[in-house]
Amino acid sequence: MTVSIETPPASRRTAGLDPEELAGLRTVPARHPWRWAAGLAALVVLVQFAHGLATNPGWDWPTFQRYFTADTILQAIGRTLELTAYGTVLGFALGAVVAAMRLSRSVILQTIAWAYVWVFRSIPLIVQLVFWFNLSYLYKRFGFGIPFGPTFGEFETLGVLGALGAAVIGLGLHQAAFAAEIIRGGIIAVEGGQREAAAALGIPRLRQAWRIVLPQAMRGILPSAANEVISLLKGTSVVYVMAIGELFYQAQVIYGRTGRVVPLLMVATVWYVVLTTVLSIGQYYVERYFARGASRTPPPTPLQRLRAFVRSLPTRTPTTRTTGGRP
Amino acid sequence: MTTLTKSEAAPMVQVRGLHKSFGPLEVLRGVDLDVPAGSVTVVLGPSGSGKSTLLRSINHLEKLDRGYVAIDGELIGYRRSGDRLYELKEREVLRQRTGIGFVFQNFNLFPHLTVLENVVEAPIAALGRPRAEAKAAALVLLERVGLADKATAYPRQLSGGQQQRVAIARALALEPKVLLFDEPTSALDPELVGEVLDVIKDLALTGTTMIVVTHEIGFAREVADTVVFMDGGVVVEQGPPAEVLDRPQHDRTRAFLAKVL
Repeated sequence: MTVSIETPPASRRTAGLDPEELAGLRTVPARHPWRWAAGLAALVVLVQFAHGLATNPGWDWPTFQRYFTADTILQAIGRTLELTAYGTVLGFALGAVVAAMRLSRSVILQTIAWAYVWVFRSIPLIVQLVFWFNLSYLYKRFGFGIPFGPTFGEFETLGVLGALGAAVIGLGLHQAAFAAEIIRGGIIAVEGGQREAAAALGIPRLRQAWRIVLPQAMRGILPSAANEVISLLKGTSVVYVMAIGELFYQAQVIYGRTGRVVPLLMVATVWYVVLTTVLSIGQYYVERYFARGASRTPPPTPLQRLRAFVRSLPTRTPTTRTTGGRP
Repeated sequence: MTTLTKSEAAPMVQVRGLHKSFGPLEVLRGVDLDVPAGSVTVVLGPSGSGKSTLLRSINHLEKLDRGYVAIDGELIGYRRSGDRLYELKEREVLRQRTGIGFVFQNFNLFPHLTVLENVVEAPIAALGRPRAEAKAAALVLLERVGLADKATAYPRQLSGGQQQRVAIARALALEPKVLLFDEPTSALDPELVGEVLDVIKDLALTGTTMIVVTHEIGFAREVADTVVFMDGGVVVEQGPPAEVLDRPQHDRTRAFLAKVL
């Protein structure tokens, strides 16, 4: 051991140099030419693609322009948003109940919740939608009453459950299974000491959940939940099988009539991108709200970051010129 | 007159015949403990000796297998009916816990709430105090632990020692009959231990009934009225610090003190 300390490799390289001179030298970071090359190559491909979008007449931008803000399309977007909203609310409300059952201390409730998630994660959404649409075939009438006892009121299944109702129920039940797992995941990720501290302080059970556990669980729940809402937004396009006039169905109707498939698919695509963008921005700010207390200083918003960058520009340029120069 | 003599005689915390197992592991094997009102009891012992489990049993964070805990003459976590002790409903246990302050090794402050919100949460939610009243009381407590200026900070913006002082203020906010400390300085950097111990010493001077599980022998010598040495799930010996720490009667106590002193 002592032998190797006497002749470390570093001392061999610095041998004969003046240590004081060496300590005064400026350091230069490593260069990465291949990073630049790879970035440049990717940019070339991207520019090529953009050029194709602009010049290939097949994209048929005039048709795109004509239909992009057409009344029928705007109405269809309304329907898409409506389905997304109902699906989200129903899905997460029911999902919260299922998650609570799964986390309860009752083995029966746990098992029922597990079975619910198992069943509804197993059935493809489109199969379920068609199934709900055909529910009246299975149950002609729906009644409320004491189980296995007298009935108080009855409805015609088809009258209550139109195509839209079937779609909302299908989307909601499907979503609930995934939402339940996301919510459960967020809750079990909250450190056990938090609930214990709340219990030691005598805070009532419901308040423990609502005030202490859930706000912390939200940090884990939100990114996945936003994923789910966005995939639900796009997933609503599946209900075209029930001839509901949402965005994708409407686009199909128009290109079925005019034969202009590509520009109308682009109309739907761009609208989906726009709606997803709005949701993503919303997600950022909601997450930021629930992150309070999570770090010593909250991260700046993109707007604040941009402003700070712009402010730093005038000071930035001269320093690079004076220090960056290498003969 | 009779009630006075009774309250003088009855300890604030009474533990009798406490047994507790985790699966096949018997952690407490018949613990008896009396803590007079206004006194400080320090529990020492090697890790795995059952100190923390004893403390957690006192406010019913752990269910008991046998024996009982009583605070101020009230059974904790159970009620007697005939020759059985029946576990209370959670709501009842939560009510009882408002009389027992607990300070955790890892502070367990609520990270998404400010310091002030941490302290007022239990008085508002568990005791139904009006917010303004709870706030005023909380600020007095924060002043007492030297953190009045941190009321609007979040726990992660504080040092470990400051966090533990907030946790003490949070426990005090319920005006508990007893304060339980579970290794309150074990998660702290050495230079932060003193500030937390100072706060606990200050509480001792004002006559708060306390049970402190710790490894700080110096603190035990200075502050404790009674030192309890535990090993293997039983109380090996107990008495004033001068006796237990300086003239231990049992080999196990001697062996432990030789290691930590």
